[in-house]
Formats: sequence, C-alpha cells, structure tokens
Amino acid sequence: MDIFWENTLMILEGLGASLYMTLFATLFAYVLGLPLGVLTIITGRDSILPAPRLHSVLGWVINIGRSIPFIILMVALIPFTRFVVGRATGSTAAIVPLVVAAAPFVARMVETSLEEVDPGVVEAARTMGATTWQIIYKVFLPESVPSLIRGASITTITLIGYSAIAGAIGAGGLGDIAIRFGYYRYQDDIMIYTIVVLVVLVQIIQSVFNFTAKKIDKRSV
Amino acid sequence: MIRIRSLSKVFEGSPPVTALENIDLHVEKGDIFGVIGMSGAGKSTLLRCIALLERPTSGSIEVDGTELSARKGKELIDLRRQIGVIFQGYHLLMQRTVFKNIAFPLELTGLSKSETESRVRRLLDLVGLSDKADAYPAQLSGGQKQRVAIARALANDPKILLCDEPTSALDPLTTRSILNLLQDINQKLGVTIIIITHEIGVVRSICSKVAVIDSSTIAEQGPVKQVFSAPQSSITKMLLSQTEGGSSH
Repeated sequence: MDIFWENTLMILEGLGASLYMTLFATLFAYVLGLPLGVLTIITGRDSILPAPRLHSVLGWVINIGRSIPFIILMVALIPFTRFVVGRATGSTAAIVPLVVAAAPFVARMVETSLEEVDPGVVEAARTMGATTWQIIYKVFLPESVPSLIRGASITTITLIGYSAIAGAIGAGGLGDIAIRFGYYRYQDDIMIYTIVVLVVLVQIIQSVFNFTAKKIDKRSV
Repeated sequence: MIRIRSLSKVFEGSPPVTALENIDLHVEKGDIFGVIGMSGAGKSTLLRCIALLERPTSGSIEVDGTELSARKGKELIDLRRQIGVIFQGYHLLMQRTVFKNIAFPLELTGLSKSETESRVRRLLDLVGLSDKADAYPAQLSGGQKQRVAIARALANDPKILLCDEPTSALDPLTTRSILNLLQDINQKLGVTIIIITHEIGVVRSICSKVAVIDSSTIAEQGPVKQVFSAPQSSITKMLLSQTEGGSSH
C-alpha cells in the first residue's frame, strides 16, 4: 500500500509536469500558429487578400516545420532553447521546442478549419463593405469556432505525446517516468500505471473538447 | 440611376475567358430590372461587377453619376455599403442568430447599439420574421433564410438591391412570396432592384424591364411586355418557348 501511494505521488507529480508543458506549449503554439494559419488562408488565390508568393512561402515554412521529427527538432534546437530560457533541460525548457514543433501543426489545423467557411458568406460580407480585418474576426474565426475547438483537441493530444518524448531527454513529466522506471528498471507496474493515466487524460480532453464544440455549434440545433 | 457603358470583363488565364463583352445597360430609379440568360451567359459576372466584387476589364459603371469601377480602398468599401446584395445560397452567418445576422452590416459601420436594435426590429417586421429574431439560420426554411438575407441587405439603406438568382433554390409558392416581398420593398422603400435569373417566370411576374444576355453580350433589352410579346433574338424566343412547355404545373 505504501509503495502504491509513493508511486501515485510520483505519477501525479509527473502528470503535473506533463500538463504544465502541454498547456503552455499549446497556448504559445496558438499565439504563433493561429495568425500563421489565418494569413495562409487569406493570401490564397481566391481569398480576400490574394498574395500567391507569400501564400506559397507560408506553405513551405509550415511544411518544413511539420516534416522534422520532434525528437530531432528538440535536439537541434538546444542552443536556441538555452538562449531563450537559459537552460536546455527541464519542463520549462521543453516548452520551447514543443512550441516550435506545434506552431506549424496549429497553422495547418487553423487553415483546415477556416477552409470550411463558405466562400459565399465571405463574399456576402465583402458586399456589405467588410474590411479584411473585419472578415477575419467577424466571419472567418467565429464561423469556424466549433471546428477550431476540435482542432485544438487534436493539437493538445499531439502535444501530450510530444511532451512525453521530451521527457525522455530531460524534460521530466510522465514520459520521463515511463522511461526511467519502465525501461531502465523493468518496473512494469509503473509503466502500466503511466499508460493508464495517459489514456484517461487523453479521453477526458477529447470528450471535453468534443462536447464543447458540439454544444456551441449552431449549424445543428 | 445605373448606367453601364461598353462594359467588358476578361478573366486572365490560358486561354483568357471573355465573360462580358460590350455591355450597355440603363436602369432607372425605381425599376425592377431583370437580367435573364442561361447559365454561363455572363449574368453572374455582370452582377459581381455592379456589386464591386469584380473589376471590369474596360467600360464604365455609373451610379447616380458616380463612376464605380475605378474605386479603391475606403471609397470602395463605402460604395459597397450603398448596394445590397442577396444570393441564391443566402450566405447567412451560421453561428449568428437571425437578429445578429441582420445587425452584421450595421456592426461593420459601428452603429450604436440602440440604433441597431431599432433598425433590426424594423427590418424583421418588414420581412415578417419578428418572431424568429433569436433563431439560428439552421432552424429556418429556405424562404425564411432568404427573408433574413433581404433584411440584412437592406440594413444600410441601400439605393440598389442586387439579387443573384434569389428564388432558384425555392419552391414555386415560396418563390411567389419572396417576389411579392421584393415588389413590396421596391414600392415602399423606393429601392431600385436588379434581379439576375434564369427563370422567365420571375421576370414576367415582377420586372418592369428586362435585358436578355447570351454568350457574354446583351441580346436585347427593353420593357418586359415589349420584349416578351415581340422577341427579336433567338435566345429570347428559346427562353420563352421553354416556359410555355413547362408552365403546365
């Protein structure tokens, strides 16, 4: 019994670190990725601010960001991470590569969500004299909120996975626990415990986001 | 009111596509003006040019003596506000209530809350949807959605209402009621209306004048009675003969 509580305490601590990394990484990834995704959409050929060259440059940047496996990106970014937070290990330091990896991912998600907005609605807004900025924050974003929320759940869950990878190389959190005890010490019970916690966590996140998205979507009332 | 002179629109590409060629139109204040033609004839491009969504390749569009086609930036946005547009697909904001949809163009201009409230209530009353203010578009029928779209298009007190196939997605009965509403608006508010359609019945029932458009050019135009009783062009004859065959319902 004592050992169980000891393990639970450790796992809760790990969970805390994982959530801390995921939460802040998601937040900052949206700060960067949302404008990037919006910019990609509006610079499209038939959209409201056509700029073909910028549009393809953005596409490239997003693709490059998305094509580097996270573990490689994390190692490659060590000097940059050290420059930003002063050190390369620990949960806070891990947020830097997590954001860099997730921002292009978020940009793609946002792009896909905004693509679902009926171009006719955008055109109607233009006939009413909406400025580019008004179309973004009064048409594109509010009309795609349910889809953006669903996208955010995918981003968050992906980042939980990434943060576990980060844990393997010094970021702490659940990934670190699973590697240390499950892999190096053959403590299967802790490994399984970690997995169960992760599965439950992902289920909760998915359900909460889905429920919210459904609740606020006025297309199906 | 609206004078269009030698308007042409060519879409670049290989090969370039000529959508409109040498269009001359004169719409007088208070007219309900029909533009009829088959799909692909260029009527939608014409509407998009008048709605200032598309810049003509050459020619001019004047509204009340003001040349529209060369405008840019803020001026363009102000001019757009003076022309209301409704579409076949309604194009309502799905995440906003009926009230908020009609308030949308007023929100864009930064009108005060109380002024918006009273104007939207008046418009809801005009289109007969006062009881649907808090409904969402997904809860409405096609005819009701088009009524919301009409109210929204009228929110900024436009002088002109452009209608792009406004009844093409509606059943005959609903079509009738929407056309009656448009006629009502024309008479009560003195709004000049241009209706783009492929349905001859629409033109016959409410338009005073008509232009028949065929392969990017105007085949003929004039008062509806005159054009339909003594059609000059083959396309008008064809459009007329089609409805005779299909008017047995």
